[in-house]
Amino acid sequence: MEKLLNELSTECCPAYSLDSDIEINPQVPESLKRNLSLDLPNISENDLLRHFTNLSRKNYALSTTFYPLGSCTMKYNPLVNERIAKFDNFAKLHPYQDSKTVQGVLEVMYNLEKDLCEISGMDCFSLQQAAGAHGEFSSLLIIAKYFKSIKQKRAKIIVPDSAHGTNPASAALAGFDIVPLKSESDGSILPEKLKEILTPEIAAIMLTVPNTLGTFEKNIPEISKIVHGNGSLLYYDGANLNAVMGVVKPGDMGFDIMHINLHKTFSTPHGGGGPGSGPIGVKAFLEPFLPLPRIESKGNEFILNYEKQESIGKLKAFFGNFPVILKAYVYIKSLGAKGLKNVSEQAVLNANYMLSRFKDKINVPAGGRCMHEFVLAPKKLFKNAVRTLDVAKRLLDYGYYAPTVYFPLIVEEAIMIEPTETESKKTLDAFVDTLIKIILEEASLEPQKLKDAPVNTFVGRLNEVEAARNPILKWK
Amino acid sequence: MNYTSENQKDRKEMINVIGVDDINELFDVIPKDLRAKELNITGGKTEQELLSYFSDIASKNKVLTSFRGAGVYDHFIPSLVGEVVGRSEFWTAYTPYQAEASQGTLQAIFEYQSLICALTGLDTSNASLYDGATAIAEAALLALRVSRKSKILISSALHPEYIQVVKTYLENSKAKLVFLDVSLDGMTEKKTLDANLDEDTAGVIIQSPNYFGVIEDMQTMSVVTKRASSLFVAVVNPLSLGVFKAPGEYNADIAVGEGQVLGSSMSMGGMTFGFMAVRKALEWKIPGRIVGQTTDKRGNRGFVLTLQSREQHIRREKATSNICTNASLNALAGCVFLSGWGDYGFKKLAEINISKARYAYDRIKSLKGFKSKFGGNEVFFNEFVIETEKDVNKINEVLLKNSILGPLDLSTHHCTLASLGLPEVLKNFKNCFLFCVTEQRTKSEIDKLVEILSKV
Repeated sequence: MEKLLNELSTECCPAYSLDSDIEINPQVPESLKRNLSLDLPNISENDLLRHFTNLSRKNYALSTTFYPLGSCTMKYNPLVNERIAKFDNFAKLHPYQDSKTVQGVLEVMYNLEKDLCEISGMDCFSLQQAAGAHGEFSSLLIIAKYFKSIKQKRAKIIVPDSAHGTNPASAALAGFDIVPLKSESDGSILPEKLKEILTPEIAAIMLTVPNTLGTFEKNIPEISKIVHGNGSLLYYDGANLNAVMGVVKPGDMGFDIMHINLHKTFSTPHGGGGPGSGPIGVKAFLEPFLPLPRIESKGNEFILNYEKQESIGKLKAFFGNFPVILKAYVYIKSLGAKGLKNVSEQAVLNANYMLSRFKDKINVPAGGRCMHEFVLAPKKLFKNAVRTLDVAKRLLDYGYYAPTVYFPLIVEEAIMIEPTETESKKTLDAFVDTLIKIILEEASLEPQKLKDAPVNTFVGRLNEVEAARNPILKWK
Repeated sequence: MNYTSENQKDRKEMINVIGVDDINELFDVIPKDLRAKELNITGGKTEQELLSYFSDIASKNKVLTSFRGAGVYDHFIPSLVGEVVGRSEFWTAYTPYQAEASQGTLQAIFEYQSLICALTGLDTSNASLYDGATAIAEAALLALRVSRKSKILISSALHPEYIQVVKTYLENSKAKLVFLDVSLDGMTEKKTLDANLDEDTAGVIIQSPNYFGVIEDMQTMSVVTKRASSLFVAVVNPLSLGVFKAPGEYNADIAVGEGQVLGSSMSMGGMTFGFMAVRKALEWKIPGRIVGQTTDKRGNRGFVLTLQSREQHIRREKATSNICTNASLNALAGCVFLSGWGDYGFKKLAEINISKARYAYDRIKSLKGFKSKFGGNEVFFNEFVIETEKDVNKINEVLLKNSILGPLDLSTHHCTLASLGLPEVLKNFKNCFLFCVTEQRTKSEIDKLVEILSKV
């Protein structure tokens, strides 16, 4: 057990100290001074380095193991991206420097916008959003503002029941009511069912393509026609863009507005839960509503334009998560057009290969083919009160991070696997063998092993119910 | 470069197992007429080529000696911060859904939460939000949700971009935003708080040090706010809390702010993190991830994501926020930053900021043609506003020639931001400069600045 910082605190010299070449004489009035003791830990640099190094070793990470987390695209994070983002001439820039002194930054952002347009078939991009959900939210604000501008009252958004939880949450935050749409067992949308709920109040429908079961929405041309025929807009959740780069463009499928997760498709690291970046792309008619400032090219110079009266405003202070934006752009320049298409081909090949190895043994609700990810439904194989959660925990014992579990919600006991293009056949085979062994052998013959799992991790199975019932959210 | 696992022999075997003739067949489900032509994207560079290509681009940016703040600051970052956040076990991990395999990230977040609580004097912290601006917007939403009232009072001395982000977030809600004036001493006008506070006020948002660097009378405004049973939201610079009163000391309900000053590089203003701490009673209403302590089967201490029934992946449209990805790695930087000073060192860090800013202020305001904008009010942290008779453009031009990022010219800056809507009072800053002096600036750098100012 690694001690907490407060338990490591001693009377020693702390790790950091500073001196001043100007006399320290703050002259702060008593009434404004802090009386509450700070209670910050006192720990030497040596001990702190050990503490945080020891903590890091208690993580399974992409750099230590296969991380087949469905819908999260845990692909290899190239080191050169990190190195470039640390260049002083990128890291030590102030956001309010004169744009003449940050032309390199603006060039990167401008060109990334252009490349994302080319990849997605959209006309314009904005890079300000800090995460996928942030991109969804700003897109929904744009949709609202667009309908306001053409004086139409449309207060509802259709969200399929297979969608990510952020979709309805973002729509609600943007002031919309949610109309749920029941999807088919393979996660697809039936145009007839869509028609039934498509009223004049519907502003947009949010679709993930390929969907969260990993199948391509084959009815998309018809869906697009129906949605647009109703005067509604089509929103593309770009979480699964990794399946289709260079193959098909959301813009060509009829989508009007979308977000991309740079921290999924474009290889920037997840950082243990962020920061990410969720740029949004729009067709030209929605451009006036994009967040400000816009980056424009004028003569030989890049400039920031704040003069767009119809903009939804600002989503975040300054210009977005620039280091993430930069890393994504480095990634695109490392791959180029051929490399990007190759990414999607290999991602789809890897997923289908795994699926082929599973499909005769474990139920696959979406059928025998997939795009870049797939969902297993092992419920019928479970006896002895074994659950998917137990399988996930047992995988940790074998040194793997677990796939996404219990999502999408429309599949009971779901196990959602996304291998990405950066894993080798050898890695995939070893994982498939292990998962089959757990579900088909251990679950029946040694169910207690699953119930007791994990035993090879730093802590055993943690009591989440207790954590929520009696919340301890900081040290004493 | 090619980061795929591609290898012709494996490819062939995999295609055989799948039972297709080639990879293209896997995409058959996509209608032919929708297929993309080859993308028009340059690339295919090796690592060596990338480094040289991006060095060239980077050389079009200038690193300057900064006397500019306004939300993003040049502060000292100890070596340990870079070392820890540079460990791939941290930066290549995902949100810690599988707790037993993510104890490193989870314990670090738990420690981060504890440190934010210690600093703010409040009970519960979340695991981070995108940045300071969105943290304030989330605080406004939290106040509206908890109080079931519909009005938010917001100081005009809040950072203008924060105001704009709050406006954007509340755009389609029924909430009404009312701006409080700024008086001649650079502080939020208490009379406008009294005048606008009523039973429909959900929350009052005040920043201290405010956008102009001035320390606000948080104590008085908190007391007034509570009279209407409204929530008091304190927007604070965490470094300033080494010296100035903690939000908990003046009974703030929510403390939020920008975490960049705690160990994140400036990087054009992002990536950073936003923090949020609340009173115990608001614990279940807070947005974003929270880590809690629990035990494993053997009784060992461990950490998990908790109170998850607030969140989007469980509650969908009824969640307390849509946030999923936050700013975990920068919060980790904040945790490492806060853990190495001790009380004495952290207080000293704040005092050095005040003292250096004070030194620069005293010298600049005594120059001919320069004066303090807010007269007798000289309580600030590391920023202050100076009014000048001289040509503001010329000053910053000359400073730039000397590789100095001069103070922010408020008049021009507010004109730039005006299209997004700004409080009226920000129009009154003609010929005004917002200076920033952190512990990073040496005496000789300050002296050089003063000398240049005196000669322009």
